[in-house]
Amino acid sequence: MGTSRDIAVIGWAQTPMVRHTELTETQLLMQVITDALTPIGLTRADVDFTCLGSCDYITGQAFSFVSNLDAIGAWPPKRDSHVEMDGAWALYEAWLRLHEGDIDIAVVTGSGRSSTGDPSLIYPMEMDPFFLAPLGADPVTFAALQARAVIAAGIADERSMAEVAVRSRGTGDVDTLLGGDYVRQPLRRHDLPPITDGAAAMVLATGERARQLVARPAYITGFDHRTECHNPSFRALDDSPSTRIAAAAAGLGDAPIEVAELQAAFTHEELLLRHVLGLGQEVIVNASGGALRENPIMATGLIRIGRAADHVFGGGRRALAHATSGPCLQQNLICIVEDGEGQR
Amino acid sequence: MIPCAVVGVGQTHHKSRRRDVSVGGLVREAVFRALDDAEMTMADIDAVVIGKAPDLFEGVMKPELYLSDALGAVGKPMFRVHTAGSVGGTTAIVAASHVQAGKHRRVLAVAYQKQSEGNAQFALGSGKGASLGAGGAFAPFIRAYIHRSGAPEHIGWKVAVKDRLNALKNPYAHLKIEDISIDKVKASPMMWDPIRFLESCPSSDGACAVVVTDEEGGRTAAAAGRQPAWILATSSRSEPPSFPGRDPVRPAACLQCADDVYRQAGITDPRRQLDMAELYVPFSWHEAIWLEAHRIAEPGEGWRMIDRGETELGGAFPINCSGGVLSSNPIGASGLLRFAEAANQVRGAAGEHQVDGCRTALAMAYGANSQYFSMWVVADRLHPFD
Repeated sequence: MGTSRDIAVIGWAQTPMVRHTELTETQLLMQVITDALTPIGLTRADVDFTCLGSCDYITGQAFSFVSNLDAIGAWPPKRDSHVEMDGAWALYEAWLRLHEGDIDIAVVTGSGRSSTGDPSLIYPMEMDPFFLAPLGADPVTFAALQARAVIAAGIADERSMAEVAVRSRGTGDVDTLLGGDYVRQPLRRHDLPPITDGAAAMVLATGERARQLVARPAYITGFDHRTECHNPSFRALDDSPSTRIAAAAAGLGDAPIEVAELQAAFTHEELLLRHVLGLGQEVIVNASGGALRENPIMATGLIRIGRAADHVFGGGRRALAHATSGPCLQQNLICIVEDGEGQR
Repeated sequence: MIPCAVVGVGQTHHKSRRRDVSVGGLVREAVFRALDDAEMTMADIDAVVIGKAPDLFEGVMKPELYLSDALGAVGKPMFRVHTAGSVGGTTAIVAASHVQAGKHRRVLAVAYQKQSEGNAQFALGSGKGASLGAGGAFAPFIRAYIHRSGAPEHIGWKVAVKDRLNALKNPYAHLKIEDISIDKVKASPMMWDPIRFLESCPSSDGACAVVVTDEEGGRTAAAAGRQPAWILATSSRSEPPSFPGRDPVRPAACLQCADDVYRQAGITDPRRQLDMAELYVPFSWHEAIWLEAHRIAEPGEGWRMIDRGETELGGAFPINCSGGVLSSNPIGASGLLRFAEAANQVRGAAGEHQVDGCRTALAMAYGANSQYFSMWVVADRLHPFD
């Protein structure tokens, strides 16, 4: 990709992940930005660029992100941006910005409090307003359509999906889960994500600064995202071509990966993504429990990158993170982090 | 940083209600004009950056999902920016960043608002009522400016007339008030003292698009006789909503952002080195405020430039020759329109509202409570001040 500079994740933090918090998004960010910076020995004054990811519809407020400027400490004023996307895309903007070469430290965040709304009422609003939104179909309904396609293609079955749920949450047993009722056939309660309030913040630095600040920076060696046609009925739901293009562009095939963190809010999504990415049994997938354990919308994708970076911080060589947006995995992002052996 | 250029510009005809098109149809109108201007098709585009103000305005959440087909983004990166009223400017800056970072070569920046799909004032209050509206929020800043500078009340009327006269020369402008005059502005109803109805921006449906390419793309366009607008500098700055010591009449974020683009562009005397500016002026008095906060005029002198007619088309330092936000305000697109109009000026492509001999231009957008600032400086050549 012609990377001119090394850019690395040097730290990140997340708030406690809870079903509901009374804290505002600004308060969540206030704490989590401090928590990300402090262990590295940085303060807000050291940060050259900030990019926040959040969504007005989750918050239920137009311009909801404006008050979050208090959390980044934008005084004196800061180079700053905001994306109406998961924090993983905020990271993409910061990564581009650092490549321009004039600044060295960036902070990105993702934040959302899903508990304040009803996902089944909110999410239909992200669908095509003429043909799909009026159907009122919620995310579980669209996910069930995709799950059927994935099962029909032989990529998953209800048992393998339940196994994903058990492994992700570390509780329950497959046979008991399979005895439960359907929420939307073929999805049962255990195939669905929880509702979570939370935020995450990540610190990026250019190569030399990164090496001064931490022992093992997690270098971003591949980063790409792609979108697809919107209407799920025009897509092959047993495939994810945008994930495949993004992974190829990010250089997934260049070397083996040890760990993958996939933003799979529904059990079948993990199995589909593993299949599309060609991840073998040797790759550890979503050891964190992923979005099935904690799903703070707008931060869930960024946290995947944080977990992948943790693998490198802890001595690993190469890890993949994935983030997604839209119905039935419409838009997908792949970020590969490495220990930097390839850099030197 | 990799040099980059604007090689295509397009916009819709802006109106109160574009009932003839869907949101998708509206953005395509601007996109196809920009692609035609660049002599490109959607297949030539590597990545799409889309910006707009709150999703609650149209009632479509994260509309980049729904618009992926309309924008030809399938299989490509599609990126969504939202930085309040400055978002159109930020969209251009993020598109430029895609190229300057060396990751993409031909990027389409698109911004829109279709205000007629919803009720912006209702959405600003998040459906709970209790919205001041933008005029209510900015009137105190304007009163503070008048108090500080001692400017006479006709300054706001003059700006309102000037921008509407400019709009008569812009085929895409929303407001076309043929009989605009000082008397007509003065006689219009008081909205938020001292802002009168005709000193306020309209609510518009509209979209704007620009194609940004790398240096090679700019040189190719130039070789084919299509003048590119070289992007000499981009910058953004944000500051918090409110605290004692913040000056919304002369915001620190605005001054720093302007200083940053001038430094990058090699500008030490903006009044002399810039040939014109497109500044985000939703209420007439903001022209005076921004002239000073961009160091085009000394503090207290901005209104005098206006009074002397210097900011008129044909004046010494023309401002908002397109008619500005006062004549067309598709909120999310209003910032990109400033950036696109500045690009067209240095490309010599501004039609009837072209500034003679314009070679270097500044564009600016701002948002929220005068907190978010985005700017770029464009020129007809890459190193104008060497």
